Amino acid sequence: MSESVDTSKRRFLTTLTSVAGTVGAVGVAYPLLASMAPSARTLAAGAPVEVDISKLEAGAMMVELWRKQPIWILRRTKETLADLAKVADFLSDPDSAKSKQPGYAQNTYRSTKGREEILVMIGLCTHLGCSPKHRPELGVAELGGNTWLGGFFCPCHGSRFDLAGRVYKGSPAPINMPIPPYKFINDTTILIGEDEGVKA
Amino acid sequence: MIKLLQALLGWVDDRFPLTKMWKEHLSEYYAPKNFNFWYFFGSLALLVLVLQIVTGIFLTMNYKPDAALAFATVEGNIMRDVSWGWLLRYMHSTGSSAFFIVVYLHMYRGLMYGSFKKPRELLWIFGMVIYVALMAEAFLGYLLPWGNMSYWGAQVIVNLFSAVPYVGEDLSVWIRGDFVVDDATLNRFFAFHVVAVPLILLGLVVAHILALHEVGSNNPDGVEIKKKKGADGKPLDGIPFHPYYTVKDIVGVVVFLILFAAVIFFMPEFNGLFLEHDNFVPANPLSTPEHIKPLWYFTPYYAILRAIPPMFDSQFPGVVAMGAAIVVLFFLPWIDRHPVKSIRYREPLYTVALMLFVVTFVVLAWLGMQPALPHLSELALRFSELYFVFFVILAIYNQPRTKQYYLTWLAGLSLAIVLMDLPRYIGATIEKQILIRFSVFIPLLYLIVTLWLPAVTKWNQSKTVPDRVTT
Repeated sequence: MSESVDTSKRRFLTTLTSVAGTVGAVGVAYPLLASMAPSARTLAAGAPVEVDISKLEAGAMMVELWRKQPIWILRRTKETLADLAKVADFLSDPDSAKSKQPGYAQNTYRSTKGREEILVMIGLCTHLGCSPKHRPELGVAELGGNTWLGGFFCPCHGSRFDLAGRVYKGSPAPINMPIPPYKFINDTTILIGEDEGVKA
Repeated sequence: MIKLLQALLGWVDDRFPLTKMWKEHLSEYYAPKNFNFWYFFGSLALLVLVLQIVTGIFLTMNYKPDAALAFATVEGNIMRDVSWGWLLRYMHSTGSSAFFIVVYLHMYRGLMYGSFKKPRELLWIFGMVIYVALMAEAFLGYLLPWGNMSYWGAQVIVNLFSAVPYVGEDLSVWIRGDFVVDDATLNRFFAFHVVAVPLILLGLVVAHILALHEVGSNNPDGVEIKKKKGADGKPLDGIPFHPYYTVKDIVGVVVFLILFAAVIFFMPEFNGLFLEHDNFVPANPLSTPEHIKPLWYFTPYYAILRAIPPMFDSQFPGVVAMGAAIVVLFFLPWIDRHPVKSIRYREPLYTVALMLFVVTFVVLAWLGMQPALPHLSELALRFSELYFVFFVILAIYNQPRTKQYYLTWLAGLSLAIVLMDLPRYIGATIEKQILIRFSVFIPLLYLIVTLWLPAVTKWNQSKTVPDRVTT
C-alpha cells in the first residue's frame, strides 16, 4: 500500500459524495414539503353549490359557503344600482381592471347582464382575508359621511367597499373583492363555482 | 455512603464529562459581581420555557387537534372536566404572556447595557432567532383553542404570505393545506407547536447559553471582567455563577412566581389581554370578530403592518415594513457601534433616544389593539416612522460628530419624512390633509430633539468608563 495520499482523487470523491447526498436530501425533502399541499380530498371538496335565492328580498344579503369561503349574495335595489355610478371618483379601481372576476362581471355593477341587481361575491377582504361587515345604511359618519352610499366595512384594518365590492381609495385593501364563477340555473337558483365557460 | 457516591461520580466522569460541565457552566463560570435587577430575566425566561413545556405536555393528553372537536376539548373538556385541567390551561396561557414580558425585559436590558456589542454579536443573534421562534410558537399555539379570534388571527397572518409577489397565493395555500384556514391547518399547526418549534427552541437556547459562556456575561457597567484577572487566573470582578447567582436567582424566581400565580388564580384573562374575549366563541368562517387584534405581544408589529398604506396595488409594503421592524434588530450590533457599552457612561442623548424608543414601542403596542380609525392609523404611521428612525439615530450616535454633520442629517431626514407624505397628501380629503399636516410634527419634533440638541449642547459627550466594575 502506498503511503502518499492522492488528494485530487480524495477531493473528487468528497465532492461526488456531497452532491449525491444533497440530491438524496432534496429528494426526501420534496415528499415531506409536498405533503403539506391541499390533499386530494380537500381539492374535491371545491364542488359547485346550488343556492335558492327566491326568498332574498331587495336590499338584503345572504351568506353561503363554497370552498369553505363565505359567499355573499346580495339583491340590490334600483337606487343602489344608480348610486354605484356616483362613487366612482372615490374608488381605487372603479372599472375592476386590476381585480379578480369572471369577464361577465367586469362592469360597474359587477354582476351578470340582465340580472344586475344580484351580486355574488366572495366575502373576504382583499387585504388580509377578514370578512367585512355589511353596512347598507347611507351617510355613516365614521365611514365617510355623505360620500358613504352603503357598502362593506372590514373591521380588521378599516378597508371600505361599495355595494359592488369595489374598494375605496385610502383603504389598505389593494383591489376590489373577488367575484366567483357562477351562473343562473333559472330565475331563483344560482350555481356557484361554475359558469358557462369555466367548469370548476 | 459518601465514598460510594464519590466512586459513582468518578465512574460517570470517566465516561461522561459531568463534573467538567458542572464546573464550566456553573461552579466555575465567573459572572460579573455587579448584576442588578435586570439580570433576573435570562434565568426567568428559562424557567418559563420549562413551565410551558411541562404544562404543554399535560395539555396535549386531553386536546384533540380536530376542527370539529378542538374548541370543545379546550373550553369544555380541559377547562371543566379534566381534574385540574383549568390550572394547566391557565398556567400555559399565562405562561405565554409571561414569556414575552420576560423576553422583552431581557432584550431591553441588552439595549441598555450594550450587551449585543462585540464580542457578543452572535449571542445577540441567537437571542433574536429565539425571539422569532418564540413568536412562531405563540402564533401557532394561538390557533389551537379554535376560537373565533384564533381562526381569524391565523387567517390574517397566513394571508400576509399571499402578499409576496408572484408566488404568494400558492405559498399561503401550501401553508394552510387548504384554501382557507381549516382542519388541515389546525392539524399542522398542532404538529409545529408541539414538536417542531419546541425542538428548535431548545436547541437555540443551548446555543445561546454556550455562546454566553464562551464570551462571558456583560454587566451594568459594560466592563469586560476578563481583562482584569487575579494571580489565580480568575476575573477579579467575577464570582462563580453557582452558588452566588443560582441563589440570587431563587429570589427572582420567588417574586416572579408570586406575580405569576396571582394572574393565574385571580385574573387569567387579564382583561382580555392574555385571553381575548372573542376567543370564547367557536371559530366561525362566516363572521370576523368586530375588533380583530393579535395578542398584546404582537401588537407593535401589527400596528406597523396596518399603518403602511398599499402601494402599486399591493399590500406587500406593509408586510415588508413589519418584517423589517424585526430584521433590523438582528443588525443592531453593526448599527450601534459606539465604543461605550453601558447607558451609565454613554452620552445623555442616548438615554433620551432609548426612552423615546420605549415610548414608541409601547404606543405602537397600544395602537395595535385599537380599531383602525383614521386618526389612529395616522398616529401608527408616525410612530412606525419613529421606530425606524431610531436605528438611523443610533448609527449617527456611533461617535461624536461635527455640528454640521448633525444638522445635515436633521435637514435630510426631515425632508425625507415630508417627501414621503407628499403622495398621500396630494388628492386626499381635507380632513386627511389636516391630519397629515398636524401629525408630521411628531417625527419632526423627534428629529429636532435627537439631532439638533447634539449640535448645540454637550449632551452628546460620553463619560469615562471605569476600569473595574462599580459596586
